[in-house]
Amino acid sequence: MSNAPSKASAALNPTSNKLQRRPFVADIMKHRGNGLVVTGLGSPTWDLFAAGDRPDNLYSWGGMGLAVPTALGLALAQPDRRVLALTGDGEMMMGIGSLGVVADQAPNNLAILVLDNERFSETGRQRGLTGSRVDLCAVAKGFGIRETMLVTEESQKDALARFLFETPGPILAVAKIALSEDPWRLPEKDGAAIARRFKISLGLEKP
Amino acid sequence: MAAKAAATPAHWSDDVFREMKSRDITTVCTIPDGGLTQLLLKVEADPAMRLVTLSTEEEGMGVVTGQWAGGKRAMIAMQSSGVGNCINALGFPAAYKAPCLMLVTMRGQWGEFNPWQVSMGQAVRPALEAVGVRCFPVDKIDEIAETFAAAADMAFNSSISAAVLVSQRVIGAKGFGQK
Repeated sequence: MSNAPSKASAALNPTSNKLQRRPFVADIMKHRGNGLVVTGLGSPTWDLFAAGDRPDNLYSWGGMGLAVPTALGLALAQPDRRVLALTGDGEMMMGIGSLGVVADQAPNNLAILVLDNERFSETGRQRGLTGSRVDLCAVAKGFGIRETMLVTEESQKDALARFLFETPGPILAVAKIALSEDPWRLPEKDGAAIARRFKISLGLEKP
Repeated sequence: MAAKAAATPAHWSDDVFREMKSRDITTVCTIPDGGLTQLLLKVEADPAMRLVTLSTEEEGMGVVTGQWAGGKRAMIAMQSSGVGNCINALGFPAAYKAPCLMLVTMRGQWGEFNPWQVSMGQAVRPALEAVGVRCFPVDKIDEIAETFAAAADMAFNSSISAAVLVSQRVIGAKGFGQK
């Protein structure tokens, strides 16, 4: 037995990764209600902006590994609002220990959705760690995350939306998305402007 | 009265804890350090406060930013070795113009016993300043509380990152019984 990653998983477009991220994220976001969304840097930020710009989107352009810790801080500060961390597989792996912090704090209003294309798609599609051996749902379970969901089919979309916005947290879902060429959709880049608009939407600052 | 005072001697953490409470800091994120023990116990014992135990210090930059975005005040308490883990992450609250207050107990300087601590300990202040964090070193025990208060006010009122660096001269150098 070889310990090398399998040929199938190293293929550029594994057959299990077929969800198209832009329409997929847009459809999920139709169900968010007044939920707050925190994005990981890069593509998840572009996806959320493309799904429809809203002041209660807390976009990020940096800080790899901090999407879940930021969403945790927000969820603890706003216990009456649903908070979703929307991030990618590489960003999640860099902050993987934060799942243990989330499980320990156990906010029932926090959900995490990992858009998993098994690649570092922003930097040239280099192979990531979730394409061969790493099972993010199993990892999350091991950290003590209450429930997890693996999504590979379009037909699971409604169930995923209910899971993310209705199931008591902390919960984590992994959606196996395809590699895709999507048009650039870049939101506001000034973090202070993003945060100020966000805080105004929560009634924490005056317009 | 005198007997009672002798039974519970004053500790610098009493004063810092009071300054935290008076500024509505309600969450403390930490990877602990020996010198922080009494302060962290006070946070944990207070029903109005929350202790967030991290897996690595840079997660604290995310948690305090999320807390601030949600209208709460949080801070991070760590040992100086953890500062190295935070360098890239410190750009995150800075980009949002979110306050990031750190209480750092030093290793690798005054009377250090463990050579493995020296490299990071010596680099703490220049590394923090290189990424734009204002440093507030404390070398005397009776200056901790007022320095912490000044750093906290500057962090929260000016929305900047500030680090209080508490010397081993104050908290004592760890000796593993071999000093």
